[in-house]
Amino acid sequence: MTPIDFATLEKGQEIGSTTLHVNRADLVRYAGASGDFNPIHWNERFATEVGLPGVIAHGMFTMGAAVTLVEDWVGDPGAIVDYQTRFTKPVVVEDPAGTNPSDAQGTALEVGGAIGALDEEARTARIDLTVVADGQKVLVKAQALVQF
Amino acid sequence: MSINPALQGRSYPAGEAYVVSREKIREFAAATKASNRAHFDLEAAAGLGHADLVAPPTFAIIVAQRADAQLVADPEAGIDFSRVVHADQRFTLHRPIVAGDELVAALHVDKVRAMGSGAMITTRAEISTSDGAAVATTVSSILVRGEEAA
Repeated sequence: MTPIDFATLEKGQEIGSTTLHVNRADLVRYAGASGDFNPIHWNERFATEVGLPGVIAHGMFTMGAAVTLVEDWVGDPGAIVDYQTRFTKPVVVEDPAGTNPSDAQGTALEVGGAIGALDEEARTARIDLTVVADGQKVLVKAQALVQF
Repeated sequence: MSINPALQGRSYPAGEAYVVSREKIREFAAATKASNRAHFDLEAAAGLGHADLVAPPTFAIIVAQRADAQLVADPEAGIDFSRVVHADQRFTLHRPIVAGDELVAALHVDKVRAMGSGAMITTRAEISTSDGAAVATTVSSILVRGEEAA
Protein backbone atom coordinates (compact mmCIF):
# COMPACT_ATOMS: atom_id res chain seq x y z
CA MET A 1 0.00 0.00 0.00
CA THR A 2 1.05 3.61 -0.53
CA PRO A 3 2.30 5.23 2.66
CA ILE A 4 0.18 8.13 3.88
CA ASP A 5 1.71 11.56 3.35
CA PHE A 6 1.37 13.39 6.68
CA ALA A 7 1.33 16.76 4.92
CA THR A 8 -1.90 15.89 3.12
CA LEU A 9 -3.87 15.08 6.27
CA GLU A 10 -6.58 17.40 7.49
CA LYS A 11 -8.42 17.68 10.76
CA GLY A 12 -11.89 16.23 10.47
CA GLN A 13 -10.89 13.90 7.63
CA GLU A 14 -12.48 10.48 7.91
CA ILE A 15 -10.21 7.46 7.84
CA GLY A 16 -12.96 4.98 7.03
CA SER A 17 -15.45 2.77 8.79
CA THR A 18 -16.14 -0.90 9.30
CA THR A 19 -18.68 -3.17 10.95
CA LEU A 20 -17.39 -6.00 13.13
CA HIS A 21 -19.46 -8.73 14.69
CA VAL A 22 -18.92 -10.35 18.06
CA ASN A 23 -20.54 -13.62 19.11
CA ARG A 24 -20.06 -15.89 22.14
CA ALA A 25 -17.30 -17.84 20.44
CA ASP A 26 -15.41 -14.58 19.86
CA LEU A 27 -15.59 -13.86 23.59
CA VAL A 28 -14.23 -17.30 24.47
CA ARG A 29 -11.43 -16.77 21.96
CA TYR A 30 -10.59 -13.36 23.40
CA ALA A 31 -10.69 -14.75 26.95
CA GLY A 32 -8.14 -17.37 26.01
CA ALA A 33 -5.92 -14.99 24.07
CA SER A 34 -5.89 -12.32 26.77
CA GLY A 35 -6.09 -14.44 29.92
CA ASP A 36 -9.19 -12.53 31.10
CA PHE A 37 -11.53 -15.32 32.21
CA ASN A 38 -14.02 -13.21 34.15
CA PRO A 39 -17.22 -15.32 33.81
CA ILE A 40 -19.37 -12.26 33.03
CA HIS A 41 -17.92 -12.65 29.53
CA TRP A 42 -18.99 -16.25 28.99
CA ASN A 43 -21.56 -17.38 31.59
CA GLU A 44 -25.13 -16.08 31.37
CA ARG A 45 -26.15 -17.20 34.85
CA PHE A 46 -23.20 -15.52 36.50
CA ALA A 47 -23.57 -12.34 34.45
CA THR A 48 -27.23 -11.89 35.38
CA GLU A 49 -26.59 -12.80 39.02
CA VAL A 50 -24.18 -9.88 39.32
CA GLY A 51 -26.77 -7.55 37.81
CA LEU A 52 -25.74 -7.39 34.16
CA PRO A 53 -28.29 -7.67 31.34
CA GLY A 54 -26.50 -10.79 30.09
CA VAL A 55 -23.09 -11.91 28.90
CA ILE A 56 -21.13 -8.84 27.84
CA ALA A 57 -18.06 -8.44 25.67
CA HIS A 58 -14.74 -7.65 27.33
CA GLY A 59 -14.26 -3.90 27.11
CA MET A 60 -10.75 -4.79 26.00
CA PHE A 61 -12.14 -6.89 23.13
CA THR A 62 -14.05 -3.87 21.85
CA MET A 63 -11.08 -1.56 22.36
CA GLY A 64 -8.74 -3.99 20.60
CA ALA A 65 -11.11 -4.65 17.71
CA ALA A 66 -11.86 -0.96 17.12
CA VAL A 67 -8.21 0.02 16.66
CA THR A 68 -7.82 -2.39 13.75
CA LEU A 69 -9.45 0.36 11.66
CA VAL A 70 -6.49 2.62 12.49
CA GLU A 71 -3.95 -0.16 11.85
CA ASP A 72 -5.41 -0.83 8.43
CA TRP A 73 -5.45 2.89 7.62
CA VAL A 74 -1.87 3.62 8.61
CA GLY A 75 -0.42 0.26 7.56
CA ASP A 76 2.09 -0.13 10.39
CA PRO A 77 0.59 -1.20 13.75
CA GLY A 78 3.80 0.05 15.37
CA ALA A 79 2.89 3.62 14.40
CA ILE A 80 0.15 3.69 17.05
CA VAL A 81 1.99 5.15 20.03
CA ASP A 82 -0.91 5.90 22.37
CA TYR A 83 -4.44 4.59 22.60
CA GLN A 84 -7.08 5.29 25.21
CA THR A 85 -10.79 4.97 25.82
CA ARG A 86 -13.52 5.08 28.41
CA PHE A 87 -15.99 2.21 28.52
CA THR A 88 -19.47 3.65 28.83
CA LYS A 89 -22.00 0.98 27.85
CA PRO A 90 -21.69 -2.79 28.01
CA VAL A 91 -21.86 -4.67 24.70
CA VAL A 92 -24.40 -7.43 25.31
CA VAL A 93 -23.75 -10.59 23.31
CA GLU A 94 -26.82 -12.81 22.94
CA ASP A 95 -26.94 -16.56 22.60
CA PRO A 96 -29.76 -16.99 20.08
CA ALA A 97 -31.68 -20.29 20.22
CA GLY A 98 -31.22 -22.70 17.35
CA THR A 99 -27.75 -21.53 16.33
CA ASN A 100 -24.30 -22.90 16.80
CA PRO A 101 -22.73 -20.15 18.96
CA SER A 102 -19.67 -20.20 16.70
CA ASP A 103 -21.84 -19.38 13.67
CA ALA A 104 -24.20 -16.87 15.31
CA GLN A 105 -24.08 -13.49 13.64
CA GLY A 106 -23.44 -11.78 16.96
CA THR A 107 -23.67 -8.17 17.99
CA ALA A 108 -22.66 -5.61 15.38
CA LEU A 109 -20.00 -3.05 16.32
CA GLU A 110 -20.00 -0.10 13.95
CA VAL A 111 -16.57 1.49 14.02
CA GLY A 112 -15.69 4.83 12.46
CA GLY A 113 -12.68 7.08 12.70
CA ALA A 114 -11.73 10.64 11.89
CA ILE A 115 -8.70 12.84 12.44
CA GLY A 116 -9.36 14.75 15.66
CA ALA A 117 -6.09 16.65 15.85
CA LEU A 118 -2.78 17.05 14.03
CA ASP A 119 0.52 18.02 15.62
CA GLU A 120 2.83 19.29 12.86
CA GLU A 121 5.85 19.47 15.11
CA ALA A 122 5.53 16.00 16.62
CA ARG A 123 4.20 14.62 13.31
CA THR A 124 1.30 12.88 15.03
CA ALA A 125 -2.33 12.48 14.10
CA ARG A 126 -4.96 11.81 16.74
CA ILE A 127 -7.65 9.51 15.42
CA ASP A 128 -10.97 9.76 17.21
CA LEU A 129 -12.88 6.50 17.02
CA THR A 130 -16.59 6.02 17.40
CA VAL A 131 -17.92 2.59 18.27
CA VAL A 132 -21.66 2.00 18.28
CA ALA A 133 -23.56 -1.15 19.27
CA ASP A 134 -27.36 -1.33 19.26
CA GLY A 135 -27.53 2.38 18.52
CA GLN A 136 -25.46 3.40 21.55
CA LYS A 137 -21.89 4.61 21.83
CA VAL A 138 -20.01 1.96 23.80
CA LEU A 139 -16.62 3.70 23.82
CA VAL A 140 -16.15 7.37 24.64
CA LYS A 141 -13.00 9.43 24.11
CA ALA A 142 -11.53 6.55 22.12
CA GLN A 143 -8.39 8.15 20.74
CA ALA A 144 -5.42 6.61 18.97
CA LEU A 145 -2.30 8.66 18.41
CA VAL A 146 -0.44 7.81 15.20
CA GLN A 147 3.22 8.73 14.76
CA PHE A 148 4.36 9.65 11.25
CA MET B 1 -16.09 -5.93 52.13
CA SER B 2 -15.03 -2.40 51.23
CA ILE B 3 -12.09 -0.85 49.44
CA ASN B 4 -9.14 0.07 51.62
CA PRO B 5 -8.44 3.80 50.99
CA ALA B 6 -4.85 3.27 52.15
CA LEU B 7 -4.22 1.46 48.83
CA GLN B 8 -3.54 4.79 47.13
CA GLY B 9 0.19 5.20 46.65
CA ARG B 10 0.91 1.52 47.05
CA SER B 11 3.21 -0.23 44.58
CA TYR B 12 3.73 -3.85 43.69
CA PRO B 13 7.15 -4.75 42.33
CA ALA B 14 7.63 -6.44 38.99
CA GLY B 15 7.11 -10.19 39.12
CA GLU B 16 8.29 -12.87 36.76
CA ALA B 17 9.02 -11.85 33.19
CA TYR B 18 6.38 -12.38 30.51
CA VAL B 19 7.96 -13.67 27.31
CA VAL B 20 6.15 -12.43 24.21
CA SER B 21 5.82 -15.24 21.68
CA ARG B 22 4.96 -15.12 18.00
CA GLU B 23 2.08 -17.50 18.56
CA LYS B 24 0.58 -15.31 21.33
CA ILE B 25 0.80 -12.27 19.07
CA ARG B 26 -0.95 -14.20 16.28
CA GLU B 27 -3.56 -15.54 18.71
CA PHE B 28 -4.25 -12.12 20.28
CA ALA B 29 -4.39 -10.41 16.89
CA ALA B 30 -6.87 -12.99 15.58
CA ALA B 31 -8.96 -12.69 18.76
CA THR B 32 -9.27 -8.92 18.26
CA LYS B 33 -10.07 -9.43 14.55
CA ALA B 34 -6.88 -7.74 13.41
CA SER B 35 -5.81 -8.63 9.89
CA ASN B 36 -2.64 -6.54 9.55
CA ARG B 37 0.01 -8.93 8.23
CA ALA B 38 2.71 -7.55 10.54
CA HIS B 39 1.03 -9.49 13.39
CA PHE B 40 1.21 -12.77 11.49
CA ASP B 41 3.94 -12.73 8.90
CA LEU B 42 7.65 -12.19 9.61
CA GLU B 43 8.37 -10.74 6.18
CA ALA B 44 5.53 -8.25 6.51
CA ALA B 45 6.82 -7.19 9.94
CA ALA B 46 10.38 -6.91 8.65
CA GLY B 47 9.14 -4.86 5.70
CA LEU B 48 7.90 -2.28 8.20
CA GLY B 49 11.22 -2.30 10.03
CA HIS B 50 10.26 -4.50 12.97
CA ALA B 51 12.69 -7.03 14.39
CA ASP B 52 9.96 -9.67 14.69
CA LEU B 53 6.16 -9.95 14.64
CA VAL B 54 4.68 -6.75 16.07
CA ALA B 55 2.03 -6.95 18.77
CA PRO B 56 -1.35 -5.19 18.46
CA PRO B 57 -1.61 -1.84 20.32
CA THR B 58 -3.63 -3.35 23.19
CA PHE B 59 -1.45 -6.46 23.62
CA ALA B 60 0.16 -4.99 26.75
CA ILE B 61 -3.14 -5.63 28.56
CA ILE B 62 -1.94 -9.21 29.08
CA VAL B 63 1.05 -7.99 31.07
CA ALA B 64 -0.87 -5.18 32.79
CA GLN B 65 -3.68 -7.46 33.96
CA ARG B 66 -1.16 -9.93 35.36
CA ALA B 67 0.23 -7.05 37.40
CA ASP B 68 -3.29 -5.98 38.40
CA ALA B 69 -3.93 -9.52 39.64
CA GLN B 70 -1.49 -8.88 42.48
CA LEU B 71 -3.67 -6.03 43.68
CA VAL B 72 -6.93 -7.95 43.28
CA ALA B 73 -5.43 -10.91 45.17
CA ASP B 74 -4.13 -8.70 47.99
CA PRO B 75 -6.43 -9.46 50.95
CA GLU B 76 -5.75 -5.96 52.29
CA ALA B 77 -7.19 -4.41 49.12
CA GLY B 78 -10.72 -5.70 49.67
CA ILE B 79 -11.58 -6.01 45.97
CA ASP B 80 -14.40 -8.41 45.02
CA PHE B 81 -13.45 -9.23 41.42
CA SER B 82 -17.03 -10.23 40.54
CA ARG B 83 -18.09 -6.63 41.20
CA VAL B 84 -15.38 -5.06 39.06
CA VAL B 85 -16.27 -3.06 35.94
CA HIS B 86 -13.56 -1.74 33.60
CA ALA B 87 -14.04 2.04 33.41
CA ASP B 88 -11.17 3.29 31.28
CA GLN B 89 -7.89 2.18 29.76
CA ARG B 90 -4.87 3.82 28.20
CA PHE B 91 -1.75 2.46 26.54
CA THR B 92 1.30 4.59 25.92
CA LEU B 93 3.82 2.66 23.88
CA HIS B 94 7.38 3.89 24.21
CA ARG B 95 8.23 1.47 21.43
CA PRO B 96 6.29 -1.33 19.70
CA ILE B 97 6.16 -4.68 21.49
CA VAL B 98 7.62 -7.44 19.34
CA ALA B 99 7.96 -11.21 19.65
CA GLY B 100 10.92 -12.17 21.79
CA ASP B 101 10.48 -9.32 24.26
CA GLU B 102 10.81 -10.27 27.92
CA LEU B 103 8.54 -7.89 29.80
CA VAL B 104 8.10 -7.09 33.47
CA ALA B 105 5.51 -4.75 35.00
CA ALA B 106 5.67 -2.71 38.17
CA LEU B 107 2.20 -1.76 39.38
CA HIS B 108 1.33 1.53 41.06
CA VAL B 109 -2.01 2.38 42.64
CA ASP B 110 -2.35 6.03 41.62
CA LYS B 111 -5.82 6.84 42.89
CA VAL B 112 -8.58 5.41 45.06
CA ARG B 113 -11.80 7.36 45.06
CA ALA B 114 -15.02 6.46 46.89
CA MET B 115 -18.02 6.24 44.51
CA GLY B 116 -21.20 5.78 46.52
CA SER B 117 -20.77 2.49 48.31
CA GLY B 118 -18.10 1.40 45.81
CA ALA B 119 -14.80 2.82 44.65
CA MET B 120 -12.89 3.78 41.52
CA ILE B 121 -9.31 2.53 41.53
CA THR B 122 -6.74 3.81 39.04
CA THR B 123 -3.64 1.71 38.52
CA ARG B 124 -0.58 2.26 36.35
CA ALA B 125 1.67 -0.50 35.09
CA GLU B 126 5.15 0.53 34.06
CA ILE B 127 6.19 -2.16 31.60
CA SER B 128 9.85 -2.57 30.76
CA THR B 129 12.18 -5.22 29.45
CA SER B 130 13.88 -7.46 32.01
CA ASP B 131 16.94 -5.27 31.39
CA GLY B 132 15.05 -2.17 32.51
CA ALA B 133 14.34 -0.42 29.18
CA ALA B 134 10.92 1.27 29.19
CA VAL B 135 8.43 -0.31 26.75
CA ALA B 136 4.92 0.79 27.71
CA THR B 137 2.87 2.55 30.35
CA THR B 138 -0.69 1.41 30.87
CA VAL B 139 -3.25 3.22 33.00
CA SER B 140 -6.48 1.52 33.96
CA SER B 141 -9.44 2.49 36.10
CA ILE B 142 -11.76 -0.09 37.54
CA LEU B 143 -15.04 0.57 39.27
CA VAL B 144 -15.73 -1.78 42.14
CA ARG B 145 -19.48 -1.67 42.56
CA GLY B 146 -20.85 -1.39 46.09
CA GLU B 147 -22.64 -4.34 47.69
CA GLU B 148 -26.14 -2.85 47.49
CA ALA B 149 -25.76 -1.50 43.96
CA ALA B 150 -28.22 -2.95 41.47
